[in-house]
Amino acid sequence: MNKRKVTVAVSGLNNIDSPGPGIPVIRALRESARYDVRIIGLSYETLEPGLYMHDLVDKSYQIPLPSAGVDSLLERLRYIHQQEKLDVIIPNFDAELQNFIKAAARLENEFGIKTFLPTLEQFESRHKSNLFEFGQKNGVKVPYSKMIFSAAEIHQLHTEFSYPLVVKGKYYEATVANSPEQAINYFHKMNAKWGLPVIVQQFVSGNEVNVTAIGDGKGRCVGAVPMRKLYITDKGKAWAGISLEDPTLIEIAHRVIGNSSWRGGTELEFIKTNEGEYYLLEINPRFPAWVYLAAGCGQNHPEQLVALALGESVETQEKYDTGKLFVRYSYDLIVNLSEFETISTTGEL
Amino acid sequence: MHIKKNIAISDSGFIFNPGTGDSFSTNPVGLEMIRLIQEGKKREDIVLALTSKYHVEPTTAEKDLAEFLMMLQTLQLVQENE
Repeated sequence: MNKRKVTVAVSGLNNIDSPGPGIPVIRALRESARYDVRIIGLSYETLEPGLYMHDLVDKSYQIPLPSAGVDSLLERLRYIHQQEKLDVIIPNFDAELQNFIKAAARLENEFGIKTFLPTLEQFESRHKSNLFEFGQKNGVKVPYSKMIFSAAEIHQLHTEFSYPLVVKGKYYEATVANSPEQAINYFHKMNAKWGLPVIVQQFVSGNEVNVTAIGDGKGRCVGAVPMRKLYITDKGKAWAGISLEDPTLIEIAHRVIGNSSWRGGTELEFIKTNEGEYYLLEINPRFPAWVYLAAGCGQNHPEQLVALALGESVETQEKYDTGKLFVRYSYDLIVNLSEFETISTTGEL
Repeated sequence: MHIKKNIAISDSGFIFNPGTGDSFSTNPVGLEMIRLIQEGKKREDIVLALTSKYHVEPTTAEKDLAEFLMMLQTLQLVQENE
């Protein structure tokens, strides 16, 4: 079968101890049976390891930080597109997604570059602060949560919550508080780090299980693979994991993606209680860093995403291998100073 | 009580539960007990098989089997017959 040549720009090249999904996405695309890919790396920093992985990334460009806004991003992408003739962009950072979602129409209309991203409404609806309502709307259990804006509110929580409860930052981090005193302490820490509101959430005990999945934006989940973390780093990231046989979890993933008409890649994070109930903890609006496991199990989600972006047909994949593990490792790349100099001074490598 | 259908058990005594991702290792006697459970043998038949093969009193074999079954239950590897 002749593979279609496509040029795909991918961000998230920070293949570090808390890895971005870029390199796993690229590895999956390199193994595509459908596409012969040229990979353009998009980086924010000069020490993102993916910049120097020349067997995976053909050419790299630095792009402006998300705080620079949509216009700066478009200006830079215009230049990159002139050089590389991009077909598809797959952004992989939470923090950059909003800009890419806002830029998507212009990317397509002005440059002909395709993306396949959640809508702004979907992006907002899965925020931690909105997740409880998302669960109610989409027929999935979510631990009861509430936004609080001052430490004084914690004394009133006993009417709605029992201890322990979870105190969560607006964007990242979560800590279990066993008493109001601890909750107040964590409230101040989360506020100082991530700002308001702080989210308090019902504590649910059980095993964490995650699903990497992809929705076609029309209510069809075209692929889903569940995984349980076997080894977790001190940053809470999976260093090893194993694919699971869990029809109930797959059914829930299909329901969530179907009901919400989710568009693009996603990671659904659940707690499975000892009684076998599933609680949705988080929806990440992009592929997880362990998405290559899905390709290893027979479902190439990044390939499906490229096909959806290009408007090509995509079959729903239901089969995958269970009991397959991923085990991460660290690896020292030896980099000539000239390469570091080039990316540092020209913004290209 | 029977071993869940989706549990993978190798001849080396490695046990994998694809539903939870848990894996375990058992010694040859444990593996033998699992195989006998899989064959649908009753408790007394398993005890008989153990006492006839190993130099062990029936009461000891019964106790060991009961403990082993309890462990299999705790590890979510078995389920009650429907």
